[in-house]
Parts: sequence; C-alpha cells; structure tokens
Amino acid sequence: MYTQALDIPQQNAEKAPRAVENPAYQAEFDAKIDAGGYIEAKDWMPEAYRKTLVRQISQHAHSEIVGMLPEGNWITRAPTLKRKAILLAKVQDEGGHGLYLYAAAETLGVSRDELLDALHTGKAKYSSIFNYPTLTWADIGVIGWLVDGAAIMNQIPLCKCSYGPYARAMVRICKEESFHQRQGYDLLLTMMKGTQEQREMVQDAVNRWWWPSIMMFGPHDKDSVHSGQSARWGIKRISNDDLRQKFVDATVKQAEVLGVTMPDPELKWNEERGHYDFGAIDWDEFWNVVNGHGQGNVDRLAARVKAWEDGAWVREAALEHERKRAAREHQAA
Amino acid sequence: MTTTPAHIEYVTRLGDNALILGQRMSEWCGHAPVLEEDMALANMSLDLIGQARMLLTHAGKLEGKGRDEDQLAFLRTEMHYRNLTLCELPNVDFGRTMVRNFLFASLQVLLWERLLASSDTELAAIAAKSLKEARYHAQHAGDWVVRLGDGTAESHERAQAALDYLWPYTAEFFAANPTDEAIAAAGIGPAWSELEAAWEAVVVPVLNEATLTVPARTPFKSYGKFGRHSEHLGHLLSEMQYLQRTYPGAQW
Amino acid sequence: MERKEWPLWEVFVRSRNGLDHKHCGSVHAPDAKLALQVARDVYTRRQEGVSIWVVEAGNIVASDPDAKPELFDPAEDKIYRHPTFYQLPDEVNHM
Repeated sequence: MYTQALDIPQQNAEKAPRAVENPAYQAEFDAKIDAGGYIEAKDWMPEAYRKTLVRQISQHAHSEIVGMLPEGNWITRAPTLKRKAILLAKVQDEGGHGLYLYAAAETLGVSRDELLDALHTGKAKYSSIFNYPTLTWADIGVIGWLVDGAAIMNQIPLCKCSYGPYARAMVRICKEESFHQRQGYDLLLTMMKGTQEQREMVQDAVNRWWWPSIMMFGPHDKDSVHSGQSARWGIKRISNDDLRQKFVDATVKQAEVLGVTMPDPELKWNEERGHYDFGAIDWDEFWNVVNGHGQGNVDRLAARVKAWEDGAWVREAALEHERKRAAREHQAA
Repeated sequence: MTTTPAHIEYVTRLGDNALILGQRMSEWCGHAPVLEEDMALANMSLDLIGQARMLLTHAGKLEGKGRDEDQLAFLRTEMHYRNLTLCELPNVDFGRTMVRNFLFASLQVLLWERLLASSDTELAAIAAKSLKEARYHAQHAGDWVVRLGDGTAESHERAQAALDYLWPYTAEFFAANPTDEAIAAAGIGPAWSELEAAWEAVVVPVLNEATLTVPARTPFKSYGKFGRHSEHLGHLLSEMQYLQRTYPGAQW
Repeated sequence: MERKEWPLWEVFVRSRNGLDHKHCGSVHAPDAKLALQVARDVYTRRQEGVSIWVVEAGNIVASDPDAKPELFDPAEDKIYRHPTFYQLPDEVNHM
C-alpha cells in the first residue's frame, strides 16, 4: 500500500475558501494541534483542514484500490500455490486498506460514492507508481520490496497524524503492511538463488522500479506545494526529502544482500553527510505520469470504471431486495 | 490402509475442484461490484486455494511418486485434471459467480460433513477444516442468490439465466463410475446417490426464496471429474501454468 | 430507485472473550446480514476477533462535541471519587 502523491494539488483545485471561521474555535483547534492532540470527526475544524484531509485520505484510498491492479495482473499466473495465496492475500489487504481509508474520509462528511466518482471521472489523483506495468513475476517481488518499502516509510509518520480516524486507520494499515515488504524480498531472494534467467528478471525489474519508487516521496521540499501547511496541521510529519533519503539509505544494503545493482551510477556513500548520495530524479517523467501520460493511466482507470459499472446492477439489486424485505416485514407486523 | 488408484483419483478430484474454482474466484480480485465484496471473494478464493494445497499434497503422498502440490497443480495436462466441469466455467458476471458458488458450496457442505467420518484420517482432518469454510461460502452465496433473484427485474433475469446455464452441470455432481463405487465400499467417502436428495433439499428452498425457477433435468451430461473437460479448462491452465511451463525446474 | 449508495455500518469487534467490543471502522452493506459478513471479511482477516457487532451508522446517537464543557467538565472537581484522594496511614494504605 502506497501513499505518494499526497501533496499533489487536484487538477482544478480552487483556492481553499476562507469560510466564516470562528476565532474562538480556531484558537481551540490550534491549541489542540500544537499540543500534539487529536481532532475527531465531529470536532470543529477549519474548512481548509477538512478539505486537505479529504483530498489526502481519498488520494491515498484511491491509490490502494488502483494499486490492486498491477499486482492483481499476476494472481492467476503465480508460479506456485503458496505464492498465489500470498499474493492474493496481499492484494486483498490493499483493498482492505482502501476500505479503511474511505471509511476515514467518510467521517469528514463525504460519501464513498462521491469519492469514487471523483476517481472515475479523473478529477482525483492516485499514486502515479501504479501506472507502471508489471511485466514479469519479478515485478511482484520488487513492488513488495521497493514500492511497499517506500510506502511504509511514508506511512509510519501518518500513524501520529492529527486527525484521529486517519491516524487509527494508518495504525491498522501499518500493522498489516510489514508482511508486504518482507514477502516481496523473500520472493526476490528465492529468484536470485535460482537460474540465470530468474536473476536477469529480478535485475530488469529493479531497473524499471527503482526511480519510480524514489519518486513516490513526492517533489523536493522546495517545490512541494502543500508541505508547509500540512506540517503545521500535523498531517505531514516528516519532509519528502528526509523520507526519501532514509529510504535510499535503508535500501542500498538490502540490494547488496540480494545481489542486484540500482540503476544509478551516482549512488554512493557520502562519509561527510553520513548518507548515500544519489543521481538527479527525472521530474518531467514524474509529472508526465502524474498528469495522466504514463503507460498505464488509461488502462488502470478504465479497469476501475468497468468494475464499478459492471457492478451497478448488483448494488441496485441488493438495495431493492432489502427494500422489498423490509416492506414485507412491515406488512407482516 | 493400502492405497488404491481409486483413492488417489478421489482425493485428486477434491483437490482439483478447490484449485480450479479458487483460480476462477481469484480472477475477481480488484474487479468486484463493491470493495466489500472484493474482500469476501478473495477470502473464499484463499480458502479454496488452501484446501487445494492440502488435498493435492495428500494426493501426491498417496500416489507415492514424489509429486508435491505444485507439480500436481502446474504440471499436469487437461485430461489429467479431475475437477467438476462446473468449477472451470468462466465467471461471466457476479450473478453466475454467486449461483455457481451456491450450488457448489452447498454440495461441499454435505460432502465434508460425510468425510469427517472417512476411513482416510488425513482426509477427515481436511474435511473438518474445510467444512467450516464451505458453510460460510454456502451462506454468503445463498444470501446473494436470494438478493439477486428477488431484487430488480434485471438482477432476476441475470440470476435466472445463470441458474439455467449452470444447472445442467450439477448432474455431474452425482454421476458415479467404478472409482466412486470403490470409494464408497472402502468407507473413504459417501455414495453420491446418498447426497443428491439432501443437496436438492438444501438448494431448492433457497432458489424458491429467490423466486427462481428450478430448471428441469435434461439429457445433458458433463464429465470433468472423469477427465473430459470443457474448452474452458485449457485456457485456464495455460494461464495458470505459464511460469512453471516456461521455466522448467526453476524455484519460485 | 432513489438511494444508490449502500448504507454505512459501524463495526465493533471483540478481540477475545473477556474484553469489550471495540469500534474498529465501518463498511457499506445493503442489509444487516451482509454487513456482518463483510465486517468479518474486512476486519478479522488476521484473527482479530471472536465476535462482531454492526450498527447502521444512522442509528448511533452521539454527544455534541460543542457540549463537551457542560457534559464532561463538571466531573473535573469531583476528585473525592478517586481512591488517591484519601490519605490513609501507611499500615492500611493498600486498602
């Protein structure tokens, strides 16, 4: 599971309106935030805070359910029954995480159907990483290792975010996530111990996923649109660049143990900084994918829309049946 | 207890049913009508894959040629699969998926109940675990059959069409050949003739509640459990077996 | 049909006997039966529960957050309700 585009503005984002805000409430809200306290669903909150949360939580939820697709692409082709069960359980977890997050967003006064509509009509964003294709079985391992690894780093700080329902959803999600990264790495280890062809598959997957993974931390801090306000509100606790560095530092060692190389000739230890240096990120590529021009954008969205539209008769039937049942019960009473 | 070919065949059938239907159900992942149902379908698919693993492992041991669950799942050809044809049919839509799950899981509940007393103690242990899962599947799918059958005009029509399509394949549930006779004689499993009336007694009231018309029996016969399948199985297998076939001997 | 979205149900799970049911999230479902089933599928995938309650969200009556002062502040000065309020001689202080 996956957060990334968390501080990417909506396509046609209006300016946060200055609602008629009550200064006494505002002071109480600020004091609560400054003391590291939680805001709960029914508490007063500034309209801009509410809107930012709805945008961030729903982007996060959308990322989870769109994120089911690239990995879901391999469920029917998993090479062993054990791997099939693991992958299906993992992709199912992502659906669960999407569900927890939609539920958290709904406490802010939006409905899930509205949020899904925003996704289906292209108004809402989701993490751009899921617009990349999964070409071989090794991609499943690399997604677990790198993409989930990056996501976990992004998410752990959110367990302490200021909005209670979001923080609680994140605690549940982070607990379930740790299995995702480990199963991915375990899958790759097995492949690296296998045939030459398998090792080549793993290296090829690392080559394709490394840069998109480190882009998941979002734009550099100096270019980040929402970071300042979000940090003030306790919605974002650690900066994009700090998290990215932490991820790179942690991953290099893991790559060594695995026996793969990252596709970055500038990746090397910097004694002075106490961190790994890495090459320049291709932000044009990042923004292209974010803005809908990635390889998978159209197909991913079409798959979600199709599932939703194909399911309409089922959802309607269930409501209609319940209406009939309740009417019969009423009549019998 | 000495292992007979019938015994291996029987356990393989049970394993293949779970494997092939589990594979079909997993196709739903990420595409269900609503997120909640995505979770439910994945859970049921995981239950079935788990059953398949236990049953095929057991079949491999009975066979004694050193084949494990994966060799049995991924390295046999169509004619060596012994699943019910019903399990390999494409999902098509949520209606057909739920009607199929209901028809199949209702049979499984009765079968696992009987297999608790199997003379094959390993099979009896698998039955104990699988029975709980099958009961949930039958309940979940049965509730959906009622919702869809007695829902909107469109859902009724789709549910009825699903039932009309699937019903003829249920005759195969109760078809018997010498394998089945040997199994019943050895006390490994029940005679199918014992289950048919019980199955109808469970299934028909739910279909009635769903306002669906139970189709009449026709001369149609399918023979998946005897190794003669529909055209659909080959496609399912070519997808499922792709990696094992492409990279022989690789570890995953 | 007027209503297109399935109603929201709040989910409470008892993690093991001896403990209270605790709120853990919500699901959408058309009826109580399916609400319970999907709550099981969503919230107890890792043996998190032995019992589930679902309540249609609209049926929950909640206190008004704006009424916090009048509802909860009056308990603040009733310190004599707490055992630590009473200083007893050391010999019997474990009471």
